[in-house]
Amino acid sequence: MTDATPLIEVPPIEAPLIEMRGVSKRFGGIHAVNDMSCDLYPGEVVGLLGHNGAGKSTLIKVLAGVYPPDEGEIRVNGAPVDLRNPRESRAAGIETIHQTLALADNIDAPGNLFLGRELLTPFGTLDSHRMEHEARKIIQRLNPNFTEILKPVRAMSGGQRQTVAIARALYFNARILIMDEPCAALGPAETRMVMETILALKKEGIGIFLISHDMHDVFEVADRVTVMKNGKLVGTERVADITPDDVLGMIILGKKPGGNGAVV
Amino acid sequence: MKWAVMKRGTMRHLLRNLGIDPRFSSMVLALVVIWLCLQFLTDGIFLTPRNLYNLSIQTCVTAVMACGMVFVIVARQIDLSVGSLLAFTGMVLAFVQVHVFAAGQALADSDLGWIISILAGIAVGVAAGIFQGIWVALAGIPAFVVTLAGYLMFRGAAFLVTDGQTISPLQPTYERIGGGLGGSIGPTASSVLGILAALWLVFHVWHTRRQRRRYGALQAPIWVDVLKVIAGSMVIAAFVYMMNAYPDPSSRDAEGNRIGKGIGIPVLILLGVMIVLTFIATRTRFGRYVFAYGGNPEAALLSGINTKRLLIAIFALMGTLSAVAAVITTARLNAGANSMGTLQELYVIAATVIGGTSLAGGLGSIPGAVIGALIIQSLDNGMVLLDVPSAQRQILIGLILIGAVWFDTAYNKRAGR
Repeated sequence: MTDATPLIEVPPIEAPLIEMRGVSKRFGGIHAVNDMSCDLYPGEVVGLLGHNGAGKSTLIKVLAGVYPPDEGEIRVNGAPVDLRNPRESRAAGIETIHQTLALADNIDAPGNLFLGRELLTPFGTLDSHRMEHEARKIIQRLNPNFTEILKPVRAMSGGQRQTVAIARALYFNARILIMDEPCAALGPAETRMVMETILALKKEGIGIFLISHDMHDVFEVADRVTVMKNGKLVGTERVADITPDDVLGMIILGKKPGGNGAVV
Repeated sequence: MKWAVMKRGTMRHLLRNLGIDPRFSSMVLALVVIWLCLQFLTDGIFLTPRNLYNLSIQTCVTAVMACGMVFVIVARQIDLSVGSLLAFTGMVLAFVQVHVFAAGQALADSDLGWIISILAGIAVGVAAGIFQGIWVALAGIPAFVVTLAGYLMFRGAAFLVTDGQTISPLQPTYERIGGGLGGSIGPTASSVLGILAALWLVFHVWHTRRQRRRYGALQAPIWVDVLKVIAGSMVIAAFVYMMNAYPDPSSRDAEGNRIGKGIGIPVLILLGVMIVLTFIATRTRFGRYVFAYGGNPEAALLSGINTKRLLIAIFALMGTLSAVAAVITTARLNAGANSMGTLQELYVIAATVIGGTSLAGGLGSIPGAVIGALIIQSLDNGMVLLDVPSAQRQILIGLILIGAVWFDTAYNKRAGR
């Protein structure tokens, strides 16, 4: 019989969920992402900030497998990965909630939730009933008032559509979540729901990259912020150590707080 | 304010709650009106067993391809090459049947010969579809351009198979597939099939009700479903009755009376195509992906769907159905001619759009496309009965296509899409 209890209590050394080193992505002559490095730890929310066109969305599309990087290394749980398409990114445990939500408007909530990963019957046909049942379970958890899930998502409210997109990311037990402007199109109550979901996921040990323009939201849930300008990294700071004004300085001027000159 | 919103969607809402698709029912209504008008204009010739039998056969070629075109248009593509591809696959098929298995050889007389020729035609159709799909999916050339090129190329290829010569006659057994002499299943089998179809309808409605109850979904009132079953059964019964009432000139019973023809073989092929494609559209991953891609191509890509392979598969499916339509056409003509299927692509696209498939993508139905084909062919058939010259017929069909797209646009605007 083996004793499972170790003799000495070793504090777990947390390996980063994601490590990006020197990642670059070019479109023609434009360096959309230039030598970018950042990381994400379990149970952590990292706010990814920057102007429009700073390269945030390109960076997360690299992680989502939409744009394979031209240079640089990405490690997931310490192991280098080669994310050449969205399938491989999902297989690596990375789920992305895109700004556009990436929902097929003509299909209902369960159809969208399982899009690309449908549950099948033993005969290889779509198991609509099981998909509907599973979709109801997870959507109930996120938004108990949302019961009419069988209409095309085009007919749903902004918050309901957002719920479908979040449910899709959560259902498959992702450890890494990327949220691109999850509250941009939402009202106050729905924004609250998303913020609370983020905090709950954090407790479960999921790592989240959060892209947002709302400094208030970022300071509420994020542990660190990573600021980009012109495709380059300005800096990564702990939220506890800085003020929103410092972050604005980083975004607008590309200056690190306390530093003298612009980094970028 | 609230009242105005309600009023605008009340009729549609009411129908929806009754479990009736407003779009589909309006098409059926249009068909009924067209039939009654033609019946009146042709002094009662239109709705006779003989003409309805012919109409059922004529509809099949357009309808088989329209079923495939639903997938193409739902995925925001178009295929202008289907008429030319029908000619090309038909010529290859006839060539294999007549010239490769030359008369006198064992294969020419056995059934194996024409079966192999059909397989050859379908193989060519699939290959042509994949060829076009590759240019669309991998090279990123718009389907409009690729299939316009295909429209020219396949017509040319059809000519080259025999340097423009018509291939005739085909094998007698094969000829029956066209619905001509001996090309139907007779009254007894037709009646049995009709009864089975009605039983299936009952089962389907009952099954849907049970499923909806199990999942607590909104239930249509029972009388609507009963009415649906009765109306559906009456349509089936009327169809079988009409087909059985058309005497087959080639067969007589013991007393020398002519036996009714019953349902034509092309109609059975169409039914098979409808069942298989409806299954694919609603129960398989492929079908789900076609609709998802049509709804939002970016979402499909971001969901990890291999969209390139999907597009190639859609064009391959369309190629297959062009070949199936070529089988019916060549069998009906008892020949392979390179002019077969001329302008057919427009009839097919028109039928699909009239049948409620939206050119914006993401929306379409296979039964709708078949009704659309029936509407187009009814008008064509009726105008032939009225001695309308082909030039005028083309103009009218063209106007109807514009009208259908206009209706689609107006309908979607009202439905708030």
